[in-house]
Amino acid sequence: MDFLNAIVALSNFVLVPAIAYGSQLALGALGVTLIYGILRFSNFAHGDTMAFGTMVTILMTWWLQSMGVSLGPLPTALLALPVGIVGCMALVLITDRVVYRFYREQRAKPVILVIVSIGVMFILNGLVRFIIGPGDQRFADGERFIITAFDFRKMTGLQEGLALKTTQGITLVTAVIVVALLFWFLNHTRAGKSMRAYSDNEDLALLSGINPDRVVMITWLIVGALATVAGVLYGLDKSFKPFTYLQLLLPVFASAIVGGLGNPLGAIAGGFVIAFSEVMVTYAWKKVLGHLLPESLEPSGLVQLLSTDYKFAVSFVILLIVLLFRPTGLFRGKAV
Amino acid sequence: MSGGPYDDRGNKDRTIANPDGMGELRPAGTEEEARPAPGADGPFLIGENMTGGYGRGPDILHDCTVSVDSGQIAVIVGPNGAGKSTAMKAVFGMLDLRGGAVRLAGEDITRLTPQARVRKGMGFVPQNHNIFTSMTVEENLEMGAFIRTDDISETMEQVFDLFPILREKRRQPAGELSGGQRQQVAVGRALMTKPKVLMLDEPTAGVSPIVMDELFDRIIEVSRTGLPVLMVEQNARQALEIADMGYVMVQGRNAYTGSGKELLADAEVRQSFLGG
Repeated sequence: MDFLNAIVALSNFVLVPAIAYGSQLALGALGVTLIYGILRFSNFAHGDTMAFGTMVTILMTWWLQSMGVSLGPLPTALLALPVGIVGCMALVLITDRVVYRFYREQRAKPVILVIVSIGVMFILNGLVRFIIGPGDQRFADGERFIITAFDFRKMTGLQEGLALKTTQGITLVTAVIVVALLFWFLNHTRAGKSMRAYSDNEDLALLSGINPDRVVMITWLIVGALATVAGVLYGLDKSFKPFTYLQLLLPVFASAIVGGLGNPLGAIAGGFVIAFSEVMVTYAWKKVLGHLLPESLEPSGLVQLLSTDYKFAVSFVILLIVLLFRPTGLFRGKAV
Repeated sequence: MSGGPYDDRGNKDRTIANPDGMGELRPAGTEEEARPAPGADGPFLIGENMTGGYGRGPDILHDCTVSVDSGQIAVIVGPNGAGKSTAMKAVFGMLDLRGGAVRLAGEDITRLTPQARVRKGMGFVPQNHNIFTSMTVEENLEMGAFIRTDDISETMEQVFDLFPILREKRRQPAGELSGGQRQQVAVGRALMTKPKVLMLDEPTAGVSPIVMDELFDRIIEVSRTGLPVLMVEQNARQALEIADMGYVMVQGRNAYTGSGKELLADAEVRQSFLGG
């Protein structure tokens, strides 16, 4: 029975949160890796693109709530999500039109675009804080849990409870749907294949009659959608705060690089690697070990390797290890 | 290297910047529509008296003429740095021409962008980076037919008939193929648009002599279908043997012009370019 309790405790505090967090990182990293593969630079403004899309969704959610609209047990934000996606798509297209396109026409080297994206990052961050304020916003409503710890204990008679939040369930389902759609699009549609062709060899794509402006536009549209979905899921699961999203850039980048930049499969794997290590290193293992070990060996401390304040350090240590021993990432992306 | 305000100044950090597959093409033309060239009654494709260079740089071509007529193979040969590939690029619209004209089937296409020329029926196989390495052979061919909206399966069958090995490897990433097979993919990709003229820039560069012979055989086969082929070749002797028309270029100028046989028989040409 103790072994079962250990597993349940582990699932409750490590597996379930890490899977949800990993899905959110993976969606974010997919956006970064698409921009890297097709526009050929690392987009530092991605965290704030996520924040912008989420902000539009929150504003729309509030409006819907004020009108008395709700989705019952599901968060109203899901209803507002399409509006957020459209808002974010409009933003990235405008940004591309007034900022990035100029540098593309000058045939600026990718490094220049990286610096440009840092400028865009600061502007977007300021814009989001200006519109919605720098504070914490909670916008999740509807049913809070699919299964509460209490119900789980009652159902199974176990000592430990396993809670599954609605937002965690939604995160997983949405992530699976979005990723499946993206891969189908990239591998089986004309537009998706033309994106891969452009990423592989720009000149030859041009000689084949592929319109670069169209490829860039489709890429931005997909990235805007991915960023908004990732941002809204993260915001539902935790809370929305502009600065948190700025910081979210770090684990998102770590995920994309660990998996192999430019490789969509790698972005997903990287997201889960980073999420699991972050959660596992910052989790206090006392409870799980208490169930597993004989009483005499029971730990007296919390057995927490790092305080949660240092969770970003974990992403960077993993990033360093991967760059040292497998520079192209786990899935052989393009980074060297 | 190129300098300028948007250069990377030697920064090659690939964790943030991705130079792979970046475009280097500098399309010279700007127009999308060809102009009628009344009274022009010459070969099917001709670059006539072309003078020009890259951007504002010095002239590389001086009064250079190359042409190919229906059902013919025309070959441009010459020493290294003679401007062979440049002449071909000029015909394809990647060079700023300051004099001369390019005409395709009696239309003046001198000011057309390379993409517009593809739509006009020119198929071009560059010397390097001429396949999508991360995509399968079949996807490469599909991308070649990107501008077409009709059913491409028949053309794909024709390409597979011409290059049977590609049918076998259709699901394999093109980057995993051997040098000769990659060239077949490259030529196949260009054929997918059903071009009216095929331009090959050193199709046999870097392949073994046996593979080279095979490639030449395939090129002859392509031209037998009535498709004019204009190609640049390093292996002058073999290329001239299969050529209906040959151009020997030296320092951006036409040095000798004639049928393949004439050039092979010309004592001076043999002395200077064919090693006796």
